[in-house]
Amino acid sequence: MFDLPTFIYVDSAIRGLLQGAVYGMMAIGLSIVFGVMKVVNFAHGEMLILGGYLAFMLYSWFALDPIIAIALIGPLMFAFGAVLQRTLVDKFIDRPQHQQFLLMIGMALVLVNGLDMIFGPDARGAHEVPYAFDSYEVGGIFIDAVRLYKAAAALVMVAFLFWFFKATRTGKAIRAAADNYRGALVVGLNVSRLYAITFGIGAACAGAAGCLLVLDDITPHAGPGFTLLAFTIVIIGGLGSMPGALLGGVLIGVSEAMAGVIFQPSLKSIFSYGLLILVLLFRPAGLMGKRA
Amino acid sequence: MNPSPRHDGGLAGLPRRALVALVVFAAALIAAPGFVDDYILSVLILGLYFALVGQAWNVMTGFCGQLSLGHALYIGLGAYTAGALFVRFEISPWIGLPVAMVVAGLAGALIGFLSFRFGIRGVYFALLTIAFAEFTRILFDHWGWVGGSSGLYLPVTERTQVDLWSLRGPLWMFYYVILAAVGLAFLVCRRLLNAKIGYYWLAIREDQEAAQAMGIDILRYKVLAVVVSAMMTAFGGVFYAFYYNQFYPETIFNIDKSIEILLGVIVGGIGTLFGPILGAFALAGIGEVLIWFQDLVGVRGLKLLTYGVVLMIIILAKPDGLWPWLRPLLGLGRRDRA
Repeated sequence: MFDLPTFIYVDSAIRGLLQGAVYGMMAIGLSIVFGVMKVVNFAHGEMLILGGYLAFMLYSWFALDPIIAIALIGPLMFAFGAVLQRTLVDKFIDRPQHQQFLLMIGMALVLVNGLDMIFGPDARGAHEVPYAFDSYEVGGIFIDAVRLYKAAAALVMVAFLFWFFKATRTGKAIRAAADNYRGALVVGLNVSRLYAITFGIGAACAGAAGCLLVLDDITPHAGPGFTLLAFTIVIIGGLGSMPGALLGGVLIGVSEAMAGVIFQPSLKSIFSYGLLILVLLFRPAGLMGKRA
Repeated sequence: MNPSPRHDGGLAGLPRRALVALVVFAAALIAAPGFVDDYILSVLILGLYFALVGQAWNVMTGFCGQLSLGHALYIGLGAYTAGALFVRFEISPWIGLPVAMVVAGLAGALIGFLSFRFGIRGVYFALLTIAFAEFTRILFDHWGWVGGSSGLYLPVTERTQVDLWSLRGPLWMFYYVILAAVGLAFLVCRRLLNAKIGYYWLAIREDQEAAQAMGIDILRYKVLAVVVSAMMTAFGGVFYAFYYNQFYPETIFNIDKSIEILLGVIVGGIGTLFGPILGAFALAGIGEVLIWFQDLVGVRGLKLLTYGVVLMIIILAKPDGLWPWLRPLLGLGRRDRA
C-alpha cells in the first residue's frame, strides 16, 4: 500500500477527476427527473447505453466523432424521453413506487435486450478517433486527450443545464413545478408539458453520457451497472440537487480510480457503496441536498 | 392496496369455496410429480422457489410497506451459510437452515434498525437495501474461505438416491421440499396477517404517522417485518444452494436476483396472500413459453425483450396485480379482500 511512485497516485487522481465529470453529467439527468417528478428512473443506465450505441452507429458509418455526435443524439434522446413521458410514464406519476419501478424495469429489459439483438453482446467502442493517442504534459504528468475532451464536453453540458434552469423561463417554470406542484397548476403552468421536457432532459443527459463513454467501451448489458452507479452518485450528492450530482460524480470517479491503485481494481466499488451507506445513514439528504 | 381481512388465523376462517379451491390446488401440486416429466417438474420447482421468496418479500414490502430492492442479500447469506457449513464441516442443511435463518435475520435486523433508527424511508430505504447487498457481494468476492469470486461448489452426487438429511436426491425430492416450504410460508403469512402484528404492519403501510400516533412502536414493528422477511428468504437461499449446487457472489448477491424476486409479487398482487404464488407461477410459465419461442425464432435476447414488454403491459392494465382482478372472477371473494 502506497509503495508506488507518487506520480502514479497523482495520475490516478486526475483520471478519476476527469471521469468524475462525466459521471456527474450522467447523474444530473437522474437527479433532475427525481427532483422534479419524484419518479425514479430505473432505466437511466439503459438510456445511456442507447445513446452510446447511436453514437457508435454514427461513428462506424460516417466516422462521426462521438463528442460531436452529442449535438445530434442529445436532441434525439430528448425527444425519446419526452415521448416516453407523454405516452407511458405520465400515467404512473401518482402511482406507488413499486408500480413505477416495474414499468421502468420492463423498459430497461426492452432496451438492453433490443440492443443486444441488434448489436450483439460484445463490447463496442469508438477507439480510432484522431486524438486517440494524444496526450498533454502538465508538470511531468501526462493527461490523455480523450479523457480531457470527455470531461470538457461533460462540463460544457453541465454549464448549459445550470444556465437553462437558472435563466430561461422554461427552466424556472420546471423548478417552480418541482417546488410546488399545486401552486404551479394554480398559476397556469402546463405541468405535464414541463414534465415531458424534464424527462427529455434526463434522457438527453443519459444519451450524451453514453456518447462520451463509447470512447471507452460499452456493452448492452452494462446498462444496469450504470443505473446503479448513477444512483450511488446522486444519493451521495443529494437526490434532486444538481451541484450535488456533480460533486458525487467527482467523488466516485476519484475514489474508484484511487482504490484501483491503492488496493485492487476489483475492490473499487466497495468504497462507493461504503460511502453510500454512510451518507444514507448520517446525512440521508446527501452531501448537498436539502433535508427531506 | 387491500384492507385487512377480518377473520382469525388458520384455514377455518376461509369461505367454503375458497377452501375447496385451495385444497384442489394443493392436491394438484402434490400429485403433479406422478404426471409430469422432469422438464415440467423443474419449471414447477422454479415457480415454487419464486413463490417462496416472493411471499417472503411480500411480508416486508406488501404488508409493512417498506420497499426492498436488495433481497438478494438474504438469499446469498442463506445459501452461503448452509452451503459453507455443508462443504466445510459436512453439517446437514437441516441444521444449516436455522443457522442461515438466524444469520439472515440478524443482517435484516441490523439493516432495518440502522435505516429506520435514522428515519430513512421510501426510495432512500430501497436504495440502501441495494447498497448493502452490493457491499456484501464485494466482500464475499474477496473472502477466500467461501471460495471468493470463484464461488462455492457443493459435492454433486447421483440424483437417483434420496438422501433427505443431506438434501441430495432426485428432482421430485427437491419438489416436495420446496412445495412444503411454500405451504408453510403461506400459513405463516396468513397467521401473521391476522395477528396483531399484521394489523400493525398494515397500519404502518397505510400511514406511518397515524400508526405512530395510535401508539404503535413503529421502529420495532418495521424491524420485525425485515427480520421475518429475511429469515423466510434465507430458506429460499438454502434451497437454491442445494438445488443448484453452485453459486458465486457475482450472481447470488446480484441486483438481478433481488429484482426477479419481486416481479412475481407485483404481477400477482402485492400485499395479498395468494398473489405472490400466482405471480410466481405466471412468470415461470411465461418465461418458459418465451424460451420456447426464442428457440423457435432463433434470436437471442428475444425472451427478455418480450418479458419486459409483458411486464409493462401487466402493470399498465392491472396495476394492482392479477390476483385482485382474478379472485372475484373465480368467485373466491370480493374484490377488496386480501
